[in-house]
Amino acid sequence: MTTARQDGSDPTISVEGLNVEFRGENGVFHAVKDLSFHIRAGETLAVVGESGSGKSVSSLSVMRLIEFGGGRISGGSIRLTGRDGNLRDITATSMEQMEAVRGNDVAMIFQEPMTSLNPVFTVGEQIAEAVRLHQDCTPDMARAEALRMLEKVRIPDAKSILDRHPHQLSGGMRQRVMIAMALSCKPRLLIADEPTTALDVTIQAQILQLIRLLQEEMGMAVLFITHDMGVVAEVADRVLVMRHGEKVEEGDVRQIFEAPQHPYTRALLAAVPRLGALNGEELPRPFPQLREGGDYRSADGFDQYPSQNTVEAGAPVLEVQNLVTRFDIRRGLFSRVSGRVHAVENVNFNLHKGETLALVGESGCGKSTTGRTLMMLQEATSGSVLYHGKDIFRLPARERKAVRRKIQYVFQDPFASLDPRLTVGFSIAEPLITHGLAAGRGIDERVAELLIDVGLRPEHAQRYPYEFSGGQRQRICIARALAGEPDVLITDEAVAALDVSIQAQVINLLMDLQRKRGLSYVFISHDMAVVERVSHRVAVMYLGQIVEIGPRRQIFENPQHPYTRRLLSAVPVASPDARDHQRPLIEGEIPSAMRRVDDPPLVAPLIEVAPDHFVARHAIGTFDAA
Amino acid sequence: MSTLSTNTDMVGKTRKPLAEFWRRFMRQKVALVALGFLILLIGAAVFAPWIAPYDPTQPDYVNVLQGPSAQHWAGTDTYGRDIFSRIIWGARISLAVGFLSVTLGAIGGVGLGIIAGFYGRWIDSLVMRVCDLLLAFPGILLAIAVIAILGPGITNVIYAVAIFSVPVFARLARGTTLQLKQAVYVDAARAVGVADRVIMLRHILPGTLPNVIVYFSMRIGTSILTAAALSFIGLGAQPPSPEWGAMLADGRTYMGVADHLTLFPGLAIFLTVLGFNLLGDGLRDALDPKLRSH
Repeated sequence: MTTARQDGSDPTISVEGLNVEFRGENGVFHAVKDLSFHIRAGETLAVVGESGSGKSVSSLSVMRLIEFGGGRISGGSIRLTGRDGNLRDITATSMEQMEAVRGNDVAMIFQEPMTSLNPVFTVGEQIAEAVRLHQDCTPDMARAEALRMLEKVRIPDAKSILDRHPHQLSGGMRQRVMIAMALSCKPRLLIADEPTTALDVTIQAQILQLIRLLQEEMGMAVLFITHDMGVVAEVADRVLVMRHGEKVEEGDVRQIFEAPQHPYTRALLAAVPRLGALNGEELPRPFPQLREGGDYRSADGFDQYPSQNTVEAGAPVLEVQNLVTRFDIRRGLFSRVSGRVHAVENVNFNLHKGETLALVGESGCGKSTTGRTLMMLQEATSGSVLYHGKDIFRLPARERKAVRRKIQYVFQDPFASLDPRLTVGFSIAEPLITHGLAAGRGIDERVAELLIDVGLRPEHAQRYPYEFSGGQRQRICIARALAGEPDVLITDEAVAALDVSIQAQVINLLMDLQRKRGLSYVFISHDMAVVERVSHRVAVMYLGQIVEIGPRRQIFENPQHPYTRRLLSAVPVASPDARDHQRPLIEGEIPSAMRRVDDPPLVAPLIEVAPDHFVARHAIGTFDAA
Repeated sequence: MSTLSTNTDMVGKTRKPLAEFWRRFMRQKVALVALGFLILLIGAAVFAPWIAPYDPTQPDYVNVLQGPSAQHWAGTDTYGRDIFSRIIWGARISLAVGFLSVTLGAIGGVGLGIIAGFYGRWIDSLVMRVCDLLLAFPGILLAIAVIAILGPGITNVIYAVAIFSVPVFARLARGTTLQLKQAVYVDAARAVGVADRVIMLRHILPGTLPNVIVYFSMRIGTSILTAAALSFIGLGAQPPSPEWGAMLADGRTYMGVADHLTLFPGLAIFLTVLGFNLLGDGLRDALDPKLRSH
């Protein structure tokens, strides 16, 4: 053992010179190169990096699960101190013996808690099974242990949860169950691979708090994989930054945030959108871009951009009036309507030319359904949407098609929204062909122009979607949306799936296009820091209703509704100093928008508290009337 | 696992889907042998007039019921006709019936299936209930019923066999359509303003093809078998046309006396059906997305 004993205790895990490779048809791809790290009991090491940096491959190697994904550990050692105090080299352990190590000495929680749980068994059975696999005990004892674990992860009313199936639980609850399962055998090392990425911010805050709490109680080592610098600041003791399979930098969390050594770490930190960055400014402003070799701590290191005043006064482009979208839930033999999901309830807003209105909220709040209804991908239950004064729901088919061209949509997942069997050139040309905007060679010319407009090259048109990275694919989707010369672009979490550095570039592209073309955006997002950058006005949605709408500065600096305040306080701050201020403990689930037929939600007009700033003062969900 | 797949993406340049399919198909040794046999058979059928040593329908009363010999590789039948020549000419009929009936069935079935899956509601219920009804009959019984209405003959056999291929393809296409219509790129096309029928043709149909191709190949085997069975009971090809099933029926009375009358046509049917099934298996393994990781 070469690992230094700094504080007298052996590390729980020490990885030395790890190499992982994937053998493909075109040779060998080295996913992880010469990686070394160690974690002591009670310590959290956060491994950060962008997609493809090898962070997940490293964690899967520690579990020896990488072999199931076609990879191979081609060098190095992974030494793990088991519960029995024995040191074993994971790389030299047989697959049969690994079964005893997994779940017992090392446990793992994954990003997607729904797919990690078996849908046909109750939560209690699954935890009990995990317990019995590694401990010698009776079914009754295992069940009792399962209950104890659920209580440990602070699940309210654990006894009744025990007999529920995974689909009956919310995302946050499922992740708690996963954690309970992982911890049921008191592992020495917990690997958490992006455990909160799929969760809403308020739920994420709860889960992060829970992991820290449990770590203190059980004294485990935690290997925390994430791409989110805010989360790192929240949980990590030490940080390891990875890029292209290699360790770029490793150090104490404070040192990484305050004095990063490597330019890549600096660029990564610089790209992180920080909440409050535009405090005191009225207008949105593009992200500063780190100049080549620039110092990330001083403002001169960046290319700064002026704030954008693109809003044109006059009649609004889009007027949404009393929009309601509900989904019937049918049950029983005769498909009787037993309940309704009130996805959008009485939503009103205007959008002016050149304006960005952000729709923010957590999953299930109705922001995406609002966007889909505007796009006519979803039928509205009632209400109207006026485009330049004309009600788009009541237009004849021909005019409706013309309006469709003028309102365009950019989806969250750029890969899924491009037909994999068609070239990207064809995907971009599809609106041109559909609306007869170009023909023959004119199509190719327009596609080439559009590709250049979004920062790609004309020859990219011949390629297929899988040949592009996520950021490039989203640029392609933006090019397609622009092809019909729209006035309004609805972007539905358009940057949520992208790495931070790419995120900033795509946002800047959107803002650049707004300046040049006078586009109006409905910017649907859950990310408050991004919203602060791009929007002129913000509408906060909760349970299908807008609870607060107003100018961006008002919403961020003077939030009126308790839900807005809660949302803002849950955003992880990318600075380790912030975690010392004990933040108020956020509790509770997001209530469901599903209601019985005879129990419609209370809907009331918003109250104007400041010019153009409206707040709901009636009771919604868990918030009482003010 | 998304992180893993992005990493395998980076294992060199990814190929075009078609090249990828070929690479995988070339690894299916059994299917390749089956494909080779079928190509040989198709070649024989196409060039039958040049390959077949004798006229398949010309009686030769001097050489009746002769066993396999150097002159007659598979022997002769009760009229002295060369069985080997009849089998080669018979391949024309069997393959034509197989291809045409399954093509008709696939076009009708896939069309209905996509429409049913795409629009849902009452169209879906209607199409699927009719399919259930058709599937409730054993295939051969349904074919007999169709022949009973249309009258015997090889053309009507094609229709009869086509009809009972329709529900199978309809179900298959509907299943894939239900999945694909949820795809974001279908929403994206709709958001752009693309008409429903264009979405179905451009974005959904190509997605159903991998499954359809696999089933197409397997279905040809089944259809050849059904057509042969119909001819065997006298509802299909009429004498003296050299259809394999009809040849079996002719030779049935001489089983024990002259086994080669049933052996060779039977072998032809068996090998052809097996060939199409093995090819289908190979195609499925090469196309099935579930087996597509390493």
